[in-house]
Amino acid sequence: MAEFLSPLLNLFPEGLRELILILIQIMLIVLPLVIAVAYTTYAERKIIGYMQVRIGPNRVGPLGLFQPFADVFKLMFKEIIIPSAANKFIFFTAPVIILFAALVAWAVVPFDDGWVVADVNAGLLYVLAVGAAGVYGVILAGWASNSKYALLGGLRSAAHKIAYELAMGFALVGVLMASQSLNLQDIVRAQSGSIVHWYWLPLLPMFVVYFISGVAETNRAPFDIAEGESEIVAGFHVEYSGMGFVLFMLAEYASMILISALTAIMFLGGWLSPFQGTFLESAFAWIPGIIWMFAKIAVLLFLFIWFRATFPRYRYDQIMRLGWKVLIPVTLVWIVVEGVAVYFKLGPWFA
Amino acid sequence: MSFIKLLFLVFASSAVLSAFMMVTTRNTVYAALYLVLTFFSTALTWLLLEAEFLSIVLILVYVGAVMVLFLFVVMMLDVNTAATREGFVRFLPLGAGVAIIMMLEMSLVLGPKLFGLDVYPAPVPKPADYSNTEAIGSVLYTVYVYPFEIAAVILLVAMVAAIMLTLRRRPETKYQNAAAQAKVRREDRVRIVKMDSETRVDDIAKQGDGA
Repeated sequence: MAEFLSPLLNLFPEGLRELILILIQIMLIVLPLVIAVAYTTYAERKIIGYMQVRIGPNRVGPLGLFQPFADVFKLMFKEIIIPSAANKFIFFTAPVIILFAALVAWAVVPFDDGWVVADVNAGLLYVLAVGAAGVYGVILAGWASNSKYALLGGLRSAAHKIAYELAMGFALVGVLMASQSLNLQDIVRAQSGSIVHWYWLPLLPMFVVYFISGVAETNRAPFDIAEGESEIVAGFHVEYSGMGFVLFMLAEYASMILISALTAIMFLGGWLSPFQGTFLESAFAWIPGIIWMFAKIAVLLFLFIWFRATFPRYRYDQIMRLGWKVLIPVTLVWIVVEGVAVYFKLGPWFA
Repeated sequence: MSFIKLLFLVFASSAVLSAFMMVTTRNTVYAALYLVLTFFSTALTWLLLEAEFLSIVLILVYVGAVMVLFLFVVMMLDVNTAATREGFVRFLPLGAGVAIIMMLEMSLVLGPKLFGLDVYPAPVPKPADYSNTEAIGSVLYTVYVYPFEIAAVILLVAMVAAIMLTLRRRPETKYQNAAAQAKVRREDRVRIVKMDSETRVDDIAKQGDGA
């Protein structure tokens, strides 16, 4: 990617070039991500609208396409209300932490072969660690608001994130065993061959567990007990208005897209074409890998929205049971199965 | 001064400062957050040592799991800070004595005699494709496999013990059996009764007339 930026980079002194290049790459990720977040909210309202036999937003611009911008401007000009007994510093830091966690993980996400900001060897671990740090935003927002509903939301989220993070970690152990690498690019390369070489097939239980845990990690329905508007108003962000609320929404949708991207990378072959290894391969060879990547992200995002429109919210004890007693044992068993398969070099995946 | 050295000084001073603040602050939630910051700064100094596996695992385990549970407990506690500061003067000599002994021990063990640059020369930077994780794994499961497994068993024992200590049998508690709930079929809950349609109203009226 550095090649076609080189005339621009030559304008800068030698020592600064790398820094400028990294900054440009960051902008190339963050700006489209923010636009994607805006249109994911639009897509969500439209899709859920159609699923519930409504039209959804259709007033602002053609087909309501400018609705996200109208929402953002409305929220930006709203008054920011600080609860009188809130801990002001943490109250304002919490949304920043949660947004930070939703954005930094993108540094290691490869969009195409070699299209990654930081090609880290321990990329998989980095993604897990950053996701783990994101829990603090929700807990601290709940605590700093000094409101009972918010505190309850924060506590619920702390308990359920620990459970699902474990399941997520174990599911990724499966990916690690299959690909023999922690580098996200190597993980995608290890899946090349054909659509059945992608890890969704040999690691089907892991794939399901990972995606379910991903939905839980992002606090999305049916796991949105941290918000739980029918029980605790809006949970951890009940006291936030204006920009604070925008940051929470931005972080929620950004981490939805992140989880979709990671699922695509780990289990659905990342940038690889689904027609690889078939007679259609050459017919679709002109499509760049990043398009396949975006298509996979879009399909998984649609699942997120579909879940929200379909499932009622889990009760707290049901969430705990599913996390600890169903998902974690499933991954543990499949790790053993996979260990046997790796030992006997079961083809075509573990050869 | 190189950039890396500057980074090291920033992270190291942040680690020491936040550790100090953790001990001295009165708000328990702040104390937990300072501890998180200490872990973070330590992880970053380890990253400067090219120990990326340990560094990331420190954040994953301690920041991501252990401290979340800490915060979970601390947020629900109503700690009386006045009571914890009682007897500060009385215990000061003992505390100071323990602190001095620990400082002495640390300076003896970690001094230049055992860990100086002539004993442990600065490691040569590894090439970019060197995987720290693989290196640790290959040693951990071959050379140190017994100590590693024994540590794992000790942890397991501790876990079982902790669960046994907190386990209370409470037969009066009511809870749902999720498996039984999921097993329920329509036939268990709904009974469809077939019954003949009722006779017409004017038939009844006719009967009434006849009477």
